[in-house]
Amino acid sequence: MAAYVLRRVLWGLVLLVLVSLLTFVVFYVLPSADPAQLRAGRDASPATLAQIRASLGLDRSLPAQYWTFLTHLVLHADLGYSYYSGASVGSLLIDRLPATISLTLGAIVVWVLVAVPIGVVSAVRRGTWVDKLTTGGALLGISAPVYWLGLVALYLFADDIGKLPLLPGAGSYVPLTTDPWKWFTALILPWLVLASTFTAVYARLLRANMIEVLSEDYVRTARAKGLSERRVVWRHGLRAAVTPLVTLAGLDVGLLLGGAVLTETVFGIPGIGRLNYDAILHADYPLIQGTVLLAACFVIVANIVVDIAYAYLDPRVRTA
Amino acid sequence: MSAADAAGAVLRVEDLQVAFDTRDGLVQAVDGISFAVAPGRTLGIVGESGSGKTVAAMTVMGLTRSPRTRVAGRVLLDGEDLLAASAERLRALRGAAAAMVFQDSLSALHPLLRVGAQIEEAMRAHRDVGRTAARARALELLELVAIPDAARRIDAYPHELSGGMRQRVMIAMALANEPRVLIADEPTTALDATVQAQILALLRRLRDELGMAMVLITHDLGVVAETADDVVVMYAGRIVEQAPVGELFAAPRHPYTWGLLRSMPRLDAPAGADLVPIPGRPPSLVHPPSGCRFHPRCPYVRERHRHVEPVLEPLADGPAHRVACLLSEAERRTAWALLAEGATPEQARAAIEPAGGPAPTAAGSTEPAAGDGAAEEAPA
Repeated sequence: MAAYVLRRVLWGLVLLVLVSLLTFVVFYVLPSADPAQLRAGRDASPATLAQIRASLGLDRSLPAQYWTFLTHLVLHADLGYSYYSGASVGSLLIDRLPATISLTLGAIVVWVLVAVPIGVVSAVRRGTWVDKLTTGGALLGISAPVYWLGLVALYLFADDIGKLPLLPGAGSYVPLTTDPWKWFTALILPWLVLASTFTAVYARLLRANMIEVLSEDYVRTARAKGLSERRVVWRHGLRAAVTPLVTLAGLDVGLLLGGAVLTETVFGIPGIGRLNYDAILHADYPLIQGTVLLAACFVIVANIVVDIAYAYLDPRVRTA
Repeated sequence: MSAADAAGAVLRVEDLQVAFDTRDGLVQAVDGISFAVAPGRTLGIVGESGSGKTVAAMTVMGLTRSPRTRVAGRVLLDGEDLLAASAERLRALRGAAAAMVFQDSLSALHPLLRVGAQIEEAMRAHRDVGRTAARARALELLELVAIPDAARRIDAYPHELSGGMRQRVMIAMALANEPRVLIADEPTTALDATVQAQILALLRRLRDELGMAMVLITHDLGVVAETADDVVVMYAGRIVEQAPVGELFAAPRHPYTWGLLRSMPRLDAPAGADLVPIPGRPPSLVHPPSGCRFHPRCPYVRERHRHVEPVLEPLADGPAHRVACLLSEAERRTAWALLAEGATPEQARAAIEPAGGPAPTAAGSTEPAAGDGAAEEAPA
């Protein structure tokens, strides 16, 4: 197991280098604003532009630029400085990290707490109104894009512009350490919005798995043992139905981060997603690279964790 | 009925009918069967796939209950009718008073739970025992079913055990609450011949030690011969023959039983006697054949058999032996005497043909292949 994890971690590092290279190439190959131009302002003289280029190191060859970036990162854990604000990318990321972690972890909690009961109940009560209602709700959740759903949620429930002003609206985020209650209420809408798609998809997947599992021989055995129906469903059934979904959920952490970019933007939450969005607007290459690498790190770590968790959840994988 | 049906029967099934409402129509899987088992005895239920034997067993355990299932008759466990019992009462009896061992232990055990935990759970569903006590008892049960190194195996997952070992775990789990009735559904079908013999020996030993009544469902007459005291032969949801095991093998009285016996290899068969498969397939249970349900596949069929339904009746010389066949006892006696000596079904048939000449329409049916199509789509 240790050797397996080590192999996965090494492969993850290789992947990170590839991601950084890809980000670099994409930034320079695809049309984007000129960072020097953006800094210099309107009608800057060519001399000023050249000076800015030289100070940012943009006058050097592309391989040299990438090599500098990589050596700084590997040798000094240094992601460079933002073209736009001049602040160190590392400190910008660390400042923004708590907001993103608050948002995504909370969304995962909502995702699991809502998807599991819906999936199980709609499988057990297949064909009844409960099933039909959740199927309809899931369809809505799957079809609605996050940014649209976010705006609708604000329009309906935000205390500044909402028709039913129940919850704090956009821009009300405060750090957990400042005011836990405000932190919590400000994040309720973002959590629900970000979790909606995943909840809907996973409720459906779990329902399908559950229906299949409930017809398995071992579920019949559980009934034949005289276990209560609740135990048959929630222990024997759910245990088997949820296991394959864990792997899938690990892969979807990447999608969740993508959703976080949109959610943070719509709700004005100062997180990594919002930072990335601003960095792209400002052609702020070091910051783009930093946010992308951090997101890639998340996804890679999530996948490794999920694989380990899977081996724990399914003993058949462990011996294989 | 059989000798087991002294007043002491612990499980008594009376006129059990089970039908499933399906898209294709009503499937009458079990159509009026009755049997009884006494403590310490084994009833073998024999038949091909689709004869209704498993459905009957599952219904006894209350496992077929659903809005699409229609059940009639009575299933009396110690005098209590399980078909009339509430869901909660049924749950309390399941796994406690009556337990079941399933065929394929790999799919019948939960793949993600340790075998010890699965046994403990069976106990804790019915008794108020602590974790440590349950675990100690689970270990005891694993030792009872002769699992070597039980202390280590108790923490194994099902896929880490061999097929025979898994079946022993299934049996240990079924015994967790010392049931009065043990139903074993094809308990050895998935196993090697040597392991099969071990498991049957184990079941016999446990039945005797614990004084359980056992119902053994199988398609294998060899298993029945080794283990059962009484036998019920099922065909298309009905009982066609019922007898003490010795008598069933010595003097079978139903053409379907003859078919089963002649299609299985026996050491005591006369030299040169070929194995004779039963032609055709079991009939559709949505539109079962009219008259005798076996008639499309029966080598001895006569015109009358296509319209008249035989009744399960005791033989004149042995009330424990009952058969549902329209041939006369003399004819059956003659036919089996010939078959037992290695004659083909055609020869046996010729010997019992009515004096008036060959039966008008039965000629084709003696050809093994003729039953094939007819069996599937029999006239409704």
